[in-house]
Amino acid sequence: MHLFLVITIQSITSYLATCAFGIIFNSPFKPLIHGGLIGMIAWLIYFFLFHFSGNDFIATFAASLVIALMSQIFARLCKNPVILYSVSGIIPLVPGGLSYSVMSRAVDNNYDVAIYFAEKVFVLSGAIAMGLIFAEVFYQIFEKIKHRASRKITAGLFLSKK
Amino acid sequence: MNGFLGSYKRKDSKEGFLHEVAAVCVLTGKILLQNGAETYRVEDTMNRIANSFSVHDAQSFVTPTGIIFSIEDHDVTQLVRIRNRGTNLRKVTQVNTLSRRVAHGEVSLKDLHRDLLQIDRSTVAYSNSLQILAAAIASSCFLLMFLGKWQDFLPAFIAGGAGQAGMIYLHKLAKVKFFSEFMSSIFIGMVALVSVKLGIGVEMNKIIIGAVMPLVPGVPITNAVRDIMAGDLVAGLSKSAEAGLTAFAIGIGVTAAIVLG
Repeated sequence: MHLFLVITIQSITSYLATCAFGIIFNSPFKPLIHGGLIGMIAWLIYFFLFHFSGNDFIATFAASLVIALMSQIFARLCKNPVILYSVSGIIPLVPGGLSYSVMSRAVDNNYDVAIYFAEKVFVLSGAIAMGLIFAEVFYQIFEKIKHRASRKITAGLFLSKK
Repeated sequence: MNGFLGSYKRKDSKEGFLHEVAAVCVLTGKILLQNGAETYRVEDTMNRIANSFSVHDAQSFVTPTGIIFSIEDHDVTQLVRIRNRGTNLRKVTQVNTLSRRVAHGEVSLKDLHRDLLQIDRSTVAYSNSLQILAAAIASSCFLLMFLGKWQDFLPAFIAGGAGQAGMIYLHKLAKVKFFSEFMSSIFIGMVALVSVKLGIGVEMNKIIIGAVMPLVPGVPITNAVRDIMAGDLVAGLSKSAEAGLTAFAIGIGVTAAIVLG
């Protein structure tokens, strides 16, 4: 029962937060709704992977890979740019709060803690960027294979006609 | 010739045409870059538009502060300086739709130029009050996502709204981004401090982290790292410098509010 409550609260809040960021970024209405869905799924993946494995790099990387793949699919389906979906999707994952902590600790003279947080910011943003780029590469490879396969089929048809 | 650049009354119409293509490409890149598109996507769109007007040897170099576009083997080079950058995904979408139509050969050069100018000038956006409300909702949602207490919901809501309102109105007052970020985070710090002192809020740190989420450069940092990974080294490094400065402004702003309060 407790777990169910946690899942519900996390899904609703992450959906709302992602949509709200879409409004701040002035996204059109329909991609806003889709972006919220992507953000919610990504946050749930991150939340559970992080709580069960304890490794935030893996959790962030997996979530951002899913975001990027979903963004590519939505972008192709709705004929919109990918950034519309990927930016709202990564909102819950980006190390914004951490980057604030870096500077507030540094201003407080806690330099060792600040450097620890700064490393974390670098690693996490690297994980998100890796996820986004990998998904793009996967998509391009997939397109290339599809293209080659369809060319082979048409070439085969022409040959058989001759 | 039915071009739009009246000033290029050259004898050979080829050169005039190339100048017009370059002008259109640079305008496209400018709109995309000013409204938050990725660096490689800007370069790609510019080259694609040039390609669809059968200019196949175009080169573009995009950094966050300027675009250089040139067509090889002709003395056609244009440079545009980008001063203010924000995120307006609506304009990015409109330019994307337009470039899709151009690639299908549905738009002439003159129409493309007119439509781009229209997109550039349009001010269609969500209203300021809706944006402030959105930031307030986002802040309190982030508080709950980071497993904060329910009592802190209202303080985070108010602080997040105050921060975004400060960003919008102070940025109109002074065009220096660092200043408006600093002042907005002072507002956030003050709201968090006062709410904890009055006993409405419980955990000040969680309230502040939730409320600064609309301001902190999480997305810029990620974009910077991605640019570096994609090979746009200049763009990536300058974006990370900007993101670091933003984080610095917010950090000292909140700390100043807490120390002074």
